[in-house]
Parts: sequence; structure tokens; C-alpha cells
Amino acid sequence: MSTRQRFSLLLPLSGFLLVFFVAPLVWLLSLAVREAEVPRALPRTLAVLQTWQPGQALPPKVFPDLAQDLVEARAASTLADAARRLNYEVGGVRSSLMRAAREVGSAVPDTVFGAEFFNAVDPALASPEFFAAVQRARGPVSSYYLLAAFDLARNAKGEIERVSEANRIYIDVLMRTLGISLSVTLLCLLLGFPVAMLLTQVTAKTADWLMILVLLPFWTSLLVRTAAWVVVLQREGMVNTLLMHLGVISEPLTLIYNRTGVLIAMTHVLLPFMILPLYGVLKGIPPHYMRAATSLGAPPVVAFFRVYLPMAAPAIMAGSLMVFILAMGYYITPALVGGGSDQMLSYFVATYTTDTGNWGLASALGLMMLVTTLALYAVAHKLSGGRALSMG
Amino acid sequence: MKKQVWATVAGAVALACLSSQAMAQSRDLNIVSWGGAYQDGQKEVFFKPFNATGIKLTDEAWDGGLGVLRTKIKGGNSTWDVVQVEADELEVGCDEGLYEKLDVNKIGGAARYLPGTVHACGVGAIIYNLVLAYDGDKLKAAPNGWTDFFDTKKIAGKRSIRNGAKWNLEVALIADGVSAKDVYKVLRTPEGVERAFKKLDTIKGDLVFWKSGAQPPQMLAAGDVVMTTAYNGRITAANEKDKKNFKMVWKDTPYTMDSWVIMKGTPLKANAEKLVEFLGRPENQAKLPKYVRYGVTAVAATPLIDKSLMGELPTNPEIHKQAFAEDVKFWIDNGDKLAERWTKWAGTK
Repeated sequence: MSTRQRFSLLLPLSGFLLVFFVAPLVWLLSLAVREAEVPRALPRTLAVLQTWQPGQALPPKVFPDLAQDLVEARAASTLADAARRLNYEVGGVRSSLMRAAREVGSAVPDTVFGAEFFNAVDPALASPEFFAAVQRARGPVSSYYLLAAFDLARNAKGEIERVSEANRIYIDVLMRTLGISLSVTLLCLLLGFPVAMLLTQVTAKTADWLMILVLLPFWTSLLVRTAAWVVVLQREGMVNTLLMHLGVISEPLTLIYNRTGVLIAMTHVLLPFMILPLYGVLKGIPPHYMRAATSLGAPPVVAFFRVYLPMAAPAIMAGSLMVFILAMGYYITPALVGGGSDQMLSYFVATYTTDTGNWGLASALGLMMLVTTLALYAVAHKLSGGRALSMG
Repeated sequence: MKKQVWATVAGAVALACLSSQAMAQSRDLNIVSWGGAYQDGQKEVFFKPFNATGIKLTDEAWDGGLGVLRTKIKGGNSTWDVVQVEADELEVGCDEGLYEKLDVNKIGGAARYLPGTVHACGVGAIIYNLVLAYDGDKLKAAPNGWTDFFDTKKIAGKRSIRNGAKWNLEVALIADGVSAKDVYKVLRTPEGVERAFKKLDTIKGDLVFWKSGAQPPQMLAAGDVVMTTAYNGRITAANEKDKKNFKMVWKDTPYTMDSWVIMKGTPLKANAEKLVEFLGRPENQAKLPKYVRYGVTAVAATPLIDKSLMGELPTNPEIHKQAFAEDVKFWIDNGDKLAERWTKWAGTK
């Protein structure tokens, strides 16, 4: 077989990946910088604003042109999208714009659509702040959504500044996402390592049985497992009832709808992703290395840390990376067992795509998550001497 | 070999297109509502009888979200025909052209419906309130309204509210002394928003949040909270199904309306209109409150409703006059910013 023939066998897969993965991903991420709504709906207004600088007086011609744009955009059903986009920056203009479009459409002939007309509909529509926002959204690309994902925005002068204290959320959420993912990874490692080690040391038959115990939850639907934790952890749930019965506690513990619940449920869900790669590598460590170390005088603890652990390091790295990356994207588990302060980045991505339809911000947050994950991955790759990729 | 692959791919794609097209033409009419006990009631009252008229009808459930509807329309080939949407989804979706414009004469004429329930793109389905609810067995002294809800000295214990700015800011202002009719005027000023969050701050330590409408009655039943905000229909349902003694305070509660819309470009528009007309018939609507205590929109339906059900019906004039209407426009304009603010507020201790 020639190289060409061999590569041609990969064609279906690469084609599939290109069409169904790479292309949609790039397209979706490009939404984070694209500005299509306003240029589509308000072309004339933008043309007039081309030479205008924030701080100067508004060209009077901008108002009649805006009026004409509004009528045409309304007829073409492109106005609502543009109004929504502008409303992100100038709160309240969404319905004012729709109202202005209706009023322009039903105005008596010879009405002068000047600043006074728009001022009467809503003073915001005649303000320089509004037109500055229109200008910033002129497209074809802008940094609005990316800035928003980092709690930044441009002011009327076009300078970047932080948004008001009360609206700064995404950096916090990113830190929270990283924090939860890291905690879950450590918990998984702490719980999973002994299990993986045990699996390598028992007889093959026992190992099979233990493996089934690991795999059974792995094969169960994520949603079922999460819902089961709700039953177990709730105020009058199994854990609290048992502990109260045994007299360990007198008041039910708050185990769910907070960080505790998220950590418990996510650790359980992700545990197999730690145990399986660990087991794969630990299995390959010959037991006589440890025996040799002991026979040369190393106490078990020293032998473990100086002989066993270095050989297990690539597996620990691989398992931890796997769990960490999966945890970063978790959405449904924190949504079901977490409280208001435990929601992770994907929760906001989901809210913006399905609820409010703010695809720009959803893509920007997705990009933020992707870049963070890739950066952390690169660091791990570097630290492990290029072995982070290997799975055993 | 390459050619063969492409031929197969092309064949498969063509087949998929053809079959989906055939499906669109031959499929049944599809209605989408909000699931749970509510949709079970709708099935008995509307969907099954409509099926009997000879037009096959299937039903599905959703959790709302304009993004979902937008994807349905932009993706093309949507299998949703008639959908029950919330007030803001009606307004914004209509502006965006997601729904067919409604010819009111085809759905029974404007005079059939209560004033304010007919929209260019939809017609009212149900009217419901967000009430203050508590367990009558556990809390002997009835709270007098939102003032007591925010008074942790008078009534100690946790309270739960919906996790979101909508309706919570309104009731916070009312508890702070703003009259219900001025709530949105105050909320439209930055100071008003500050004031609402400040008031919420005073009980923040005692707050629990709910997401889905099924949660508040569960939280009351489990003793997790002493008071909660809740959709009125859910409270009545818990009383009837689980023999609870939950009570509701109606004074100064916001009410809102869900509407039926016909999705843009449906190939079954004529049947969809017939369905919406059927859903609006007074004799059909009058049967709904027996299953869920939500107000209905046909004028002639109210006299037909069993008098024993009127006590907890949002359209009961005695109740209606104590309530205030949700300002949809306010939330459409300010929802995004306030949602961010709410997330920040709810996420910090």
C-alpha cells in the first residue's frame, strides 16, 4: 500500500470531522466576534455615522436615515435582532426602537423625523451614547462579546473599562469553574488511586468483579446518577435520616443545593474516568520493582514514593487531565445539585443559547473556556515532559 | 473507490432529505406545552377531544426559552405547530417573525376573549399568579403579605424564591412600601433597582432558590422553608393530590399570561388554526380549572366554571383586583442586565 492509499483510508474520517466538527466549531466561535444584526438593519444610519466621532455633535441627517432604516428593517424582520443587540449596551432601547419603527410607519405624511421626533419616543434614541453603540456594532467584527466575557465594556468614548461592580460575573464564574474542577480532580485522585492499585493486586477474578463495580455506574446515565444523589442528600434524605437516627447529628446537614452536593455528585460521576486510565498504567508496573526496593532496604512508604509513584506519574497526569477537562464542561450536575453560587461556565452558555438567544456571548464564553482548557493542557503537557497525551 | 464513496454519501443525503420532506407532509399536528400535571389536564380537556374531531394531534413538552424557538425556525423543518409561550416570548418572538400572524376571526373572533388577551401573534391560554404560599398546618399566624415575607423577626425561618430577578424585584419593592401600581415606575430608575436589591439583602441569609415550578410545594412539604413564592396552580394541586393544607396570599401578587402561538411556516397552518380555535372555546376552557387552577381567557368560560373552584382562580374578580400585571416590556428591555446583576447577587454570600 502506498502512503497515498493509506491516507485515502483516513479520508472518510477526516471529511466527517471537518464537516461535522471543525467547520461548525469555527463557525460557532466566530459568532463571538461577528456583528451582523446592526449593519443588516441600519445601513443608512451607519453610512452617515462613518465620519462621526463620539464627542462631536450628531450629524442632523442621521435621524431621517434612522427613520427610513427602521421602517425597512421592520418590514424585512431584521429590526428585532438589531434592537436586541443594541439593548445589550443601551438598556431599554429594544422596545423604544420597535416603538419608534411603528410610529415612523404610521406617521402622517411630511412628518419631520428629526431629533425631536426620536426624543419624544425615548430620549435615549436621540442620545450620543445610543449612536456610539450603533457605531461600535457596525461590524463586520467587534470585540463586544469577548470583552463582555471578561467583564469589560467600551464606554461612550470607546475606551475599555470594567463593567459596574454589580454586573461583573464571568471572571468569578471562570475561577469558580476552575476551582470546582480542580477540587473534583483531587478528590477523584484521592479516591481512585487506591482503587486502581487494589485492582492490580487482587486475583484476576476479584479484579473482574471490582471492575464491574467501577463500570456499572460508568454505564448508567449521568442524569440518573445525579438524580439519585438528590434523593440521597436532600434534607430528609437517606444520609440525614441515617445520621440523625444514629444520633451523630441533631439537625439535618445541608448536603445539597450547595458546593458540597456539587463536589460529591461530580466526583462520583467522574471517578471511573480517573480509575480506568490509572488501572491501565498501574497494571503494567511489574510488582517485583517494589519487592526489589524493599529487599534493598527501603521502607514501604519510601518504596512507594520513590519507585512506584514515579512510574505511576504519567497515569496520574492522564487521569487527572481527563477528569479535569471533563469537569470544566459540566453543566447538568451543578444545575441539579448546586445552588446559585455553584453554577459553572457551561450553565451560562446554555442559558444564553436556549433562553435568551445571545449566541454572541455564549460563543465568547465557550471560547474563553476552550482557551483556558487548552492553555492548562499545554502547561500539563510541558510539565509532564510531553507525556500528558499518553493514556497508558 | 472514491467515486463510490461519494455516490453512497450523495444517495444517503438525498434519501434523508426525501424522507424528512415526506415526513413533514404526512406528519400529525403537534402541540407543545409545559408538561407535568398541567399538560396532563390539557390532554384530558383539549387534546383528546380535539383528536376525536378527526385531526390527529400529538403533544410534546418544553421548558420555554426564546433561543429554542429561534433555533426551530432558523433550522427549518420544525415539527412544532402550536406552542404555549410566556408573555415575553410572545412579544419578542412576534417582533422577530417566529410566529404566524393570527387572524382573530379564524379563532372565534376578538369578542370571545377577555380584553388584552388577543395579540397580533397569539391568544391567551392561561392566566396565573405568583403567590405567597405557606403551610397552614405549620404556620398558624397567616402572613399578611410581602411585608411579612421580608420580616424575619416576625416569622423566623427560611423562605424560597425563584432564582431570577423577575418578580422578586417587584415584591421586594412592595415589601419596602412601594404600591403595586408604582412598582415598575420605581423599577425603571436605577435607584429603584438598588432599592429592590437592598431589600432582598435584608433576608438573603434566609433565602433558598427554586428553579422549576414543581419545587416550591416540595420545599414547603419537606419543611425546608416556612414561606415561598409559587405558581398558584401548583399549590392547589399539592393540596388536592397530597392532601396538604397549603395556603396562599393573593394580595399584591404579580400575574401573567401564557399564550398560544402558531409557529411560522408550518405546513399545517389551517389545522393549527382549527386547534387554536378549539382551545379557545369557552365550553372547553371551562373544564381546565378542575385539573389546574389557572384562569382561562374566554369571556363565556367563567360562568361555566364550577363555583367551588372559583375561590382559588386567578380570574376570580375578588382575586384579580388584588393582583398586578407583570410589565412584559420592562423585562424585555431590562431582563439581560438584571439577569447578570441577579447572578452576581445570588452568587455572592
